[in-house]
Amino acid sequence: MTAETSKIKRLFLRPAQKEELTGWLFALPWIIGFLLFTFGPMMYSLITSFSNYNIIKPPEWIGFENYETMFTKDPLFYKSLYNTFWMVIIKTPLVLLASISIALLLNIKMPGEKFFRGIIYLPNVLSGVAAIFLWQWILSPKGLFNTFLDLIGIKGPSWFVDPVWTKPGMVVMGMWWIGSGVIIYLAGLKGIPQELYEAASIDGAEGWTKIWNITLPLLSPTIFFQVVTSIIGAFQIFTTALILSGTDSALGGPGQSMLFYVLYLYNRAFGRVGVGGLQMGYASALAWVLFAIILIITAIQLWFSKRWVYYESGE
Amino acid sequence: MASQKSIINQPLPKLFREWNVGKVAAFTMLVGISIMFIVPFLWMISTSLKEPSDLVGTNWIPARFAWENFRDAFSFGMWPQWTTNTLIITISSVIGQVVSSSIVAYSFSRLRWRGRDLLFSLVLATMMLPGVVTMIPQFVLFAKLPAFGFQGSKVWINTFLPLIVPAFTGSAFYIFLLRQFMRAIPMELSEAARMEGAGELRIWWSIILPLCKPVLATVAIFTFNGVWQDFMGPLLYLQSEKLYTLQLGLRQFEAAAGGSPAWHWLMAASLLVMLPVLLIFVFFQQYFIEGISFSGMGGR
Repeated sequence: MTAETSKIKRLFLRPAQKEELTGWLFALPWIIGFLLFTFGPMMYSLITSFSNYNIIKPPEWIGFENYETMFTKDPLFYKSLYNTFWMVIIKTPLVLLASISIALLLNIKMPGEKFFRGIIYLPNVLSGVAAIFLWQWILSPKGLFNTFLDLIGIKGPSWFVDPVWTKPGMVVMGMWWIGSGVIIYLAGLKGIPQELYEAASIDGAEGWTKIWNITLPLLSPTIFFQVVTSIIGAFQIFTTALILSGTDSALGGPGQSMLFYVLYLYNRAFGRVGVGGLQMGYASALAWVLFAIILIITAIQLWFSKRWVYYESGE
Repeated sequence: MASQKSIINQPLPKLFREWNVGKVAAFTMLVGISIMFIVPFLWMISTSLKEPSDLVGTNWIPARFAWENFRDAFSFGMWPQWTTNTLIITISSVIGQVVSSSIVAYSFSRLRWRGRDLLFSLVLATMMLPGVVTMIPQFVLFAKLPAFGFQGSKVWINTFLPLIVPAFTGSAFYIFLLRQFMRAIPMELSEAARMEGAGELRIWWSIILPLCKPVLATVAIFTFNGVWQDFMGPLLYLQSEKLYTLQLGLRQFEAAAGGSPAWHWLMAASLLVMLPVLLIFVFFQQYFIEGISFSGMGGR
């Protein structure tokens, strides 16, 4: 029976058609996932953002009111935007500088290279709550970090307790996670043909000249990609802020200094009603504004990349 | 490349003989940086073995090794249950991710069909999509999808389903990674198998997958790490304490203490929760390095 049906199928489906069908069939898990968990939800969220919705009662259409409230009557929206931009603007260049420098060091042939690489990458496998607690402990007012600062004669701040120092504390902490960037830059550095350096040496070029004129231009596609993805990531800081602000998380920690955009959005959607929670419509509007901001910033970067990103001809 | 290789292959003393001032300086800096990266771990281990009275100040060696911390830290909560939950969610997600991402990647790399390349650019585009945009509608969706009493719930919320099922639809980055690898496998292999009458499912399973073992390992390890340490997903979807994962369990220390937790217990518990991830890293380091190096290739 089955042999016969397959014979009939073969009569009707030419091999190319069969491949066509199998292709779609094999890609189906992703297509279903995309429609069900990405595209569908996105459209739903876009519509919800124009409504008043608390899950319990059906959504009520209110037009642009959510967006209007956000830009004209919501100081917390601006607060969270400020905090988030602060992190993006301060942290991104510092991480960039540190990870390229370490990658350049690792690119020098010397014993123990693999060991160093492993140690520097190691923190990146730890993304969970445990690692955040560890840093909260290290950066506690009388913690290890401040003791170290004492040794070199600096009076350490109270970090996550003092509203002024919470974000710098998060930057310090973030430096522990630059390892994956380092590995990516290192892979980029290894892809630079050695002959270029040799040719430059013959021309009498020295260390810094070589880095400036050969290494950085050839590394620029990697740098560009890293900057784009890390900025997208920085706009979505959540777990760290939630854990660090502890029982205060609805308010974003001391002086709302850790009320980052996604934390604020989370509070509006899933927080208690008393702190403005369960407003799915408003939170959806917040999500779309963030999406728009990220798109605009990525587009600006793409535009500027033409001026500084160097692509080898033929690619 | 050839000149680099020859340096590596030479015995160590020669390598040391080629040292100059610059190299010594770079080496010293790397030693310093490595110490800075490793100190937090050591501090964590040290704290986890201290008595409460020993926590003030910064002595590295505990006055007395308080091994009982590793028992007492777990005196509250439902840790055995949370561990089981985390294992169930993690292992199911790893299986789902490996199977689905590889079969989708197979379609995108080794089968020809109309719309394939267009759809693949869509896969790549979703990698740039901020997860926040889908967070709320996904929650609403999971609050409506019926679970028919699975884990005692009418809807998907407060079951493991929202955390496991999406893994079975594949993930853009892993599909991309596997596709690039599968593309490099000679097409003749598939054609020979087709001649012998093998179906695509068979070719995928018994020819292509065995050749992809290193990348599959990378996918499995990254998924394991991501799911084991996921905080936001369980936070959103798991409400009753008996369904918690270890990450949510750790947060109970904060809640139990009303702000400042008992650090010696918290560090002991954190250390144990991190342990599987650390062990995997120690044994499979190269898969991490390869996977991460690849993720930077998006720029090339």
